[in-house]
Amino acid sequence: MQNTFFAKNPSILIFIGLLALFTLFVTVGSEATGMGFISTSFVKTLGKTLCLCLIALAMDLVWGYIGILSLGHFAFFGLGGYMIGMWLMYERTRDIVMGSLMNAALPPTPTEIRDAIGGQIFGVVGSNQFPAVWAFAHSLPLQLILVVLVPGLLALVFGWLAFRSRVTGVYLSILTQAMTLALSLYLYQNESGLRGNNGLSGLQNLPHLDAVPQSLISIWFFWASALALALGYLLCAWVVSGKFGSVIRGIRDDEQRVRFMGYSVEGYKLFVFVLTAVIAGIAGALYYPQAGIINPGEMAPIASIYLAVWVAIGGRGRLYGAVLGAAFVSLVSTWFTGGQVPSIPLGFYTVDWVDWWLVLLGLSFVLVTLFAPQGIGGLVDLIAGKLAPNRHGAPLGPDQGSLREEEAEK
Amino acid sequence: MSQLLEVSGVSVSFDGFKAINNLSFSIGEAEMRAIIGPNGAGKTTFMDIVTGKTKPNAGTVLWGEMSRNLIGMNEAKIARIGVGRKFQRPTVFEDQSVFDNLMMAVKNTRAPWSVLFFKPKFKDIAKVEELASEIGLSDQLKRKSGELSHGQKQWLEIGMLLAQDPRLLLVDEPAAGMTLAEREHTTDILKRTAKTRAVVVVEHDMEFVRRLECKVTVLHEGSVLAEGSLDHVTANPQVIEVYLGR
Repeated sequence: MQNTFFAKNPSILIFIGLLALFTLFVTVGSEATGMGFISTSFVKTLGKTLCLCLIALAMDLVWGYIGILSLGHFAFFGLGGYMIGMWLMYERTRDIVMGSLMNAALPPTPTEIRDAIGGQIFGVVGSNQFPAVWAFAHSLPLQLILVVLVPGLLALVFGWLAFRSRVTGVYLSILTQAMTLALSLYLYQNESGLRGNNGLSGLQNLPHLDAVPQSLISIWFFWASALALALGYLLCAWVVSGKFGSVIRGIRDDEQRVRFMGYSVEGYKLFVFVLTAVIAGIAGALYYPQAGIINPGEMAPIASIYLAVWVAIGGRGRLYGAVLGAAFVSLVSTWFTGGQVPSIPLGFYTVDWVDWWLVLLGLSFVLVTLFAPQGIGGLVDLIAGKLAPNRHGAPLGPDQGSLREEEAEK
Repeated sequence: MSQLLEVSGVSVSFDGFKAINNLSFSIGEAEMRAIIGPNGAGKTTFMDIVTGKTKPNAGTVLWGEMSRNLIGMNEAKIARIGVGRKFQRPTVFEDQSVFDNLMMAVKNTRAPWSVLFFKPKFKDIAKVEELASEIGLSDQLKRKSGELSHGQKQWLEIGMLLAQDPRLLLVDEPAAGMTLAEREHTTDILKRTAKTRAVVVVEHDMEFVRRLECKVTVLHEGSVLAEGSLDHVTANPQVIEVYLGR
């Protein structure tokens, strides 16, 4: 079965192979493990990009395959980031606090330690008490479980309520966006217990590993992100390959028809929604330690809209399209907004790309939607010569015995 | 003979308009029935009620030996206990191959988790091939169903319906847009199906109904106007007035 799975989906092996080559290239080029022509900050950018590719895969599954235009997946991404950030911040602060308390005359009591850590972390929001949500922050395994559990449960509850009432289309998109906005606004409050608009910071410093330089940590995270992307790709490809893939594409195209075949459409939607939320959470948990900081602004609705734009530009309904779109647009975006692109002086006005990049992005989104609905992924079809002559199976010649389009040599 | 489906006293109104008015109808196992009636007689609404898409305001729809009430069940559940429906407009999944379309419909567990780990067994593939030859699409299994002609799509949908192995088939205008030869083939398929299952065909075309050679129910303004053989109902003066006389 393994053989036929890869034989039927050759794009999977090509994708994994290219990703491995890319990982090897970055490893050889990085400062810590290679020749050093790729800077540590750029390794981090690439690692973050891989995480964005992973959430784009999730978006493609939920939008391109089952047809739910979710504008809320960055909420799950952010939640994953918060869950890992809590442990990173707690443990690192504990290291620092322990270091300073060691010099005291009397050994500190556990309560003193806890209060000192609380004071350090929550001083910025005028508190020194741990809120209830930090109950498991001392334990890495528990917080790692929460990385999966919290986005998954939120998606389960939200999805159950939304799908059960048969909310579809644009109304569902608005609901998901409202969920993201509500979550973001809630986290902005200091009472939410996650440091309000300060968010969690210093996440790039791994606890107990002060001796390890950032250049090495960055390549570790890059590897982890590449591995997660490869596994995520395999998982998504497997999910969409068999009968399950048939059913969810059927739901996208005509959910009423699928219902009359006896499939519980709501169950399938819920399954895919939760699965993609979990993937998004894992992507976020890998992204934010590389970014170093997370705050509620990351979950603003605009982030989830960007996600939809990436997938649309990359080509929805095909997994590698989503990855290509996310990588291409987010890297180009980094390039344009980083101020490295020369401005264009027009005499009367100077086009400064930091300001005009969003206009360019919006314009390309509109153009892709109108003229190339297959997105960047459509280029692959062109290269592979798979572009159908669009005759709908008509004979290629006037005679009765002439070849039909699908029989002819490509 | 016990009845497979018994609809009794069903009424439904949309914004005050009574689409179905105290309708009673029943069909036994292995029976073919044609439903005719002018536009707006409630034919499609009747199917919507039986398949769970529309909830009636009053009445009962009883199913099978256990006389379970179908009202209140959702569409997927009703489909799973054995009611299959074919829509007027052919609705096949055009993006997917004929094989995938049929495989999706073949009777198997429908729960997400088991579908995720589903691997087609030999008998499933054999079933798909058998259905494909029955609907004359054996050579087209690999093609995308969107490339099929209109008549072939209609057959594919009938094939998907048979693949579900339902006990009752509700078929809405199966011959719409078909050529004469295609119609004859469709009639054959339906007649053969009716030997083992209940088939309800909604149709406008009298010639097609005549070829089915079955009992006919005439609907008018949401209730049954006449029932019997085609010759019997077409001789009924009321039927002539509301439907045929125009």
